Amino acid sequence: MLKLPQELVAQQKKISKLAASLELDFYDTVFEMVTYKEMNQIAALGGFPVRYPHWRFGMEYDSISKSYEYGLSKIYELVINNDPCYAYLLEGNSFVDHKLVIAHVYGHCDFFKNNKWFSKTNRKMMDQMANHATRVRRYIDLHGIERVERFIDCCLSLENLIDRHSPYVDEQIQIVRSESEESNDNDRKKNTDKDSSPKRYLDSYIKSLEVKNPEIEKPIELTRKTQINPEKDVLKFLIQNAPLEDWELDIISIIRKEAYYFAPQGMTKIMNEGWASYWHAKMMTEHICNDNEIIDFSDTHSGTMAMKPDGFNPYKIGIELMRDIEIRWNKGQFGKEWNECDNLDAKKNWDRKLDKGREKIFEVRRDYNDVMFIDHFLTEEFCVKNKFFVYQFNKKTKKFEINTRDFKAIKNKLLFQLTNFGQPIIQVVDHNFENRGELLLTHLFEGVELQPDYMKQTMTRLFMLWKRPVCLATVLDKSPALVSYDGTDFVHKNLDQAA
Amino acid sequence: MSILENHKRFKDIVKGRIREDFKKFVTQDEMIGKSENDYVKIPVSRIKLPKFIYGAKNQGGVGQGEGQEGKEVPSKGQKAGNSPGEHQVEVEVEIDELAEILGKELELPRIEPKGKKLVSSEDKRYTNISDVGPSGLRHFKKTYKEALKRSIASGTYNAKDPMIVPIKKDFRYKASKPVSKPTANAVVIYIMDVSGSMGEEQKKIVRMESFWINTWLKFNYKGLDTRFIIHDASAKEVDEETFFSTSESGGTLISSAYKKALEIIDKDYPVNEWNIYMFHFSDGDNWSSDDTNLCKDIIKNEFLKKINLFGYGQVESKYGSGQFIKDLKKDFEEEDAVVCSPIKSKDEIVRSIKDFLGKGR
Repeated sequence: MLKLPQELVAQQKKISKLAASLELDFYDTVFEMVTYKEMNQIAALGGFPVRYPHWRFGMEYDSISKSYEYGLSKIYELVINNDPCYAYLLEGNSFVDHKLVIAHVYGHCDFFKNNKWFSKTNRKMMDQMANHATRVRRYIDLHGIERVERFIDCCLSLENLIDRHSPYVDEQIQIVRSESEESNDNDRKKNTDKDSSPKRYLDSYIKSLEVKNPEIEKPIELTRKTQINPEKDVLKFLIQNAPLEDWELDIISIIRKEAYYFAPQGMTKIMNEGWASYWHAKMMTEHICNDNEIIDFSDTHSGTMAMKPDGFNPYKIGIELMRDIEIRWNKGQFGKEWNECDNLDAKKNWDRKLDKGREKIFEVRRDYNDVMFIDHFLTEEFCVKNKFFVYQFNKKTKKFEINTRDFKAIKNKLLFQLTNFGQPIIQVVDHNFENRGELLLTHLFEGVELQPDYMKQTMTRLFMLWKRPVCLATVLDKSPALVSYDGTDFVHKNLDQAA
Repeated sequence: MSILENHKRFKDIVKGRIREDFKKFVTQDEMIGKSENDYVKIPVSRIKLPKFIYGAKNQGGVGQGEGQEGKEVPSKGQKAGNSPGEHQVEVEVEIDELAEILGKELELPRIEPKGKKLVSSEDKRYTNISDVGPSGLRHFKKTYKEALKRSIASGTYNAKDPMIVPIKKDFRYKASKPVSKPTANAVVIYIMDVSGSMGEEQKKIVRMESFWINTWLKFNYKGLDTRFIIHDASAKEVDEETFFSTSESGGTLISSAYKKALEIIDKDYPVNEWNIYMFHFSDGDNWSSDDTNLCKDIIKNEFLKKINLFGYGQVESKYGSGQFIKDLKKDFEEEDAVVCSPIKSKDEIVRSIKDFLGKGR
């Protein structure tokens, strides 16, 4: 890794000043110049220089380097949500591209800092990731790569089973079995906080009582009570309840933490890229580019904005929607009056000269995530203008085909893809199912069935963690079914017949 | 660098060296997708960990572009939700590049065209100068020089006012010069056994292997000819499509195919002008030892004199592997031009290609 060359340092200062003058608000941003190999490596590690050892990073590296070497794709920019933000510039890019990336990065940094869905992310994640790496390496030394890797693979199969909204609601719920990493910290805290915080003092008192009188109430009974609140955060549930060793617990919690750290980036992909693209375009065209650079800029810019027929380019949709909002709020094209107007001509020439566009997009950037963004601001006019369609698998021709261009269908499909990451929502509802300590999960069915082979494989993984039979209530072949796995066999029960 | 550690671990898993139970998650179905417009799609192998996910075919998605309802959408869409590093799974590569990669991966030697049997083809290069020609090809520098020479020689040149006016005979033009370029001609004859015992899986293997062989040979010979022969108890020449799609049933008389191949060679490919390759895929269950002897005679007396390389690939079918490969090996062990390669399963294709092409003939 190299320090930035002098010209770029000057540009960076200039652009950062410019961004600030446009009311973007960001953490300090550290830029580093990397070779493509380093870039591929960092990208494979999800943006971080150090992660715990795992083959899937090697797999990403393999794909990224191959597609780079075959000239198919090139990673232009990489920025990490951290305080300070870290951003990487690719050595060998043209000067204009570097400026574009710097401008783009400031857009992202502003978004990371101000969008409220990022408000709960760890801003010292760089350190945290390195810490995770050290811990996992230690477990590998102790228990062997094979064992630890297998366990990590198990957890990764469940990585999507977190509750993406929970960081914003249930702060008061503490993980009962504290993660081993924090237990030391907590102990220390307890000692120091004893006098100042009576509640904590009481906590430890109650805990110690339980330990002292194990006959009165068996701790297992305590944790395995029949009625629990449905828990979407399956990983948290397992940390609290599954019979696991300490190092295993620590690994699950590492994976869970990282999943939560990355979750907002998935929840705001369209907005985040749209926002950054909006600003790089604005800054480049209005302030930064010289006359002789504008063509090169446009070339790169249009490359990132291109849409494939089957693809869904978040950059493109994001920037277009952002601009659409700005125009609409500048012209006052919103609210009751606008919605109820049927006169197309009047709508076309509608201009209330409100000039609220800029203000509005800053508000959107602060409060929205992709689901809300699409839900509120995707208009029929926008879909027609951008030629959106819904495609579906046609069983007769065995191909994906354009299904419809109906606005409602498009919007529903988009929203469905975005809700919960496009992942099925699965929750733990009972951990003493049939009074046999079996784990019961339900899939909140929303019209699309799970992929059956993957479902079964995942259940075997779940079994490895839970060590008792695992059941999943879902829908298979259009009828509700209960699938259970007891460690050797799968049993399907059709719930229709049972009822 | 830690990433290299991870990379190695990943490669080891993909190759099945470690964690063999894991191989079922490796997505790398066929080595070739479709070759369209000189591009080939190579799926990059990935390991897909099982998760609770929606079935892809139920899902569909939103796309953008022109088209009526019912129009096909090329390849399935990517989901909008994007965890770090959801990259494309397919890589498109130009065929030539592919051949180069293939050559590099398998350490294949570049092929030496046989003997001096080179056919030269004429090509034009504009490297000559002529005093006549169209004004579009006028050579400015040469014309100027001529005019300068003439004006100095005739004494009209004035160093203080160095103006040169060319007249008609000063003009020079670029002209073409015929260049003879040696080219090597090559033909590949693929022969496949389509008797009842060759199943779908076997044909898939043959298809993949011949695709790669073809890619490599095409890279080495521009304008490669390919011919296809299928046989059971009798042989016939077919086009490429039929070659890969027919399933006949019946007995196996390998000699019928060899006779047919000989016929094609004698008719269309004079031996002194052509590099001839022949690849024969079968499950090796020949009808009788008499026929096998006949085959061996043809190879010894005809093929070896005419052909650069005779490759015999024996695919293992559900009825096991036949005797033919052993018979061939026994007789032609010493011959460089005859290569026998057993192919037990899809995984052995790469090794088998190396067997066939590794000698650089």
